[in-house]
Amino acid sequence: MAETIVFIIFAAVALVGAIGMVTASNSVYSAMGLLTTMFSLAVMYLLLDAPFVAVVQVIIYAGAVMTLFLFVIMMIGVDKSDAYGAQLPIQRAMTAVVAAGFFAAVALAGRAVWVTGSSAFGRPNLYGSAEAVADEIFGTWTVVFLSIVMLLTIAAIGTIALAYFHLGSTEEEASR
Amino acid sequence: MSLTVTWFLLLGAALFSIGVAGVLIRRNALVMFMSIELMLNAVTLTFVAVSKDLGLIEGQVAAVFVMVVAAAEVTIGLAIIVAVFRTRSSANVDELAEMKG
Repeated sequence: MAETIVFIIFAAVALVGAIGMVTASNSVYSAMGLLTTMFSLAVMYLLLDAPFVAVVQVIIYAGAVMTLFLFVIMMIGVDKSDAYGAQLPIQRAMTAVVAAGFFAAVALAGRAVWVTGSSAFGRPNLYGSAEAVADEIFGTWTVVFLSIVMLLTIAAIGTIALAYFHLGSTEEEASR
Repeated sequence: MSLTVTWFLLLGAALFSIGVAGVLIRRNALVMFMSIELMLNAVTLTFVAVSKDLGLIEGQVAAVFVMVVAAAEVTIGLAIIVAVFRTRSSANVDELAEMKG
């Protein structure tokens, strides 16, 4: 019953975030909507007995990918008409609330077994734990894992190549 | 009222549909890209939900792999968007029509 209530709440949050992402006029609001959806999906993964996938979701998507998105939005996407001016007092109060809530969440999470792990040696290989997923990845799917390592390397090289060669052409244009 | 896999699959379908709508109705390249990320997330949710329903761990492995591939895709995609923006000063996909037949 409790799981159903959690599901309904976070499904609603995920849908609101997704719809907000599509309908927002400002790209920054879009990014915030997507961030909300990704956090809600991490809760879904916890409901589905997948704590490792949930943690990876928060670290990779909510952390790395959204930071990259926001960085690019700040670089190219924000309209000047959307500048806020000095409305910082409201944001400061909101930040205090968010920081307090975050602290409470971390303090609560420190008591959860799936975060801290059990201290005894030889603990069982729980379904969805990091150990179980790692056994599968490095046991059965080693070749797929190595291909994905190759893919990431190629992506990194491609990004560097895109930035480098474009930089070269602008320098030529500037010197003309 | 117990929580079954159908609910998660419905949520995944709804999120995927919203992502499709986002790609179709928005013309800002960044927002379209975010919609694609939303679709990838929806599919990952179905992977994990079905994995739980069948009692297998492979779905979670697939979810982790999808996330890694999405990270690589974001890297390249954003690099391309930035490169296009540097030459065109615009992130609107409708203005990129040079290759139209």
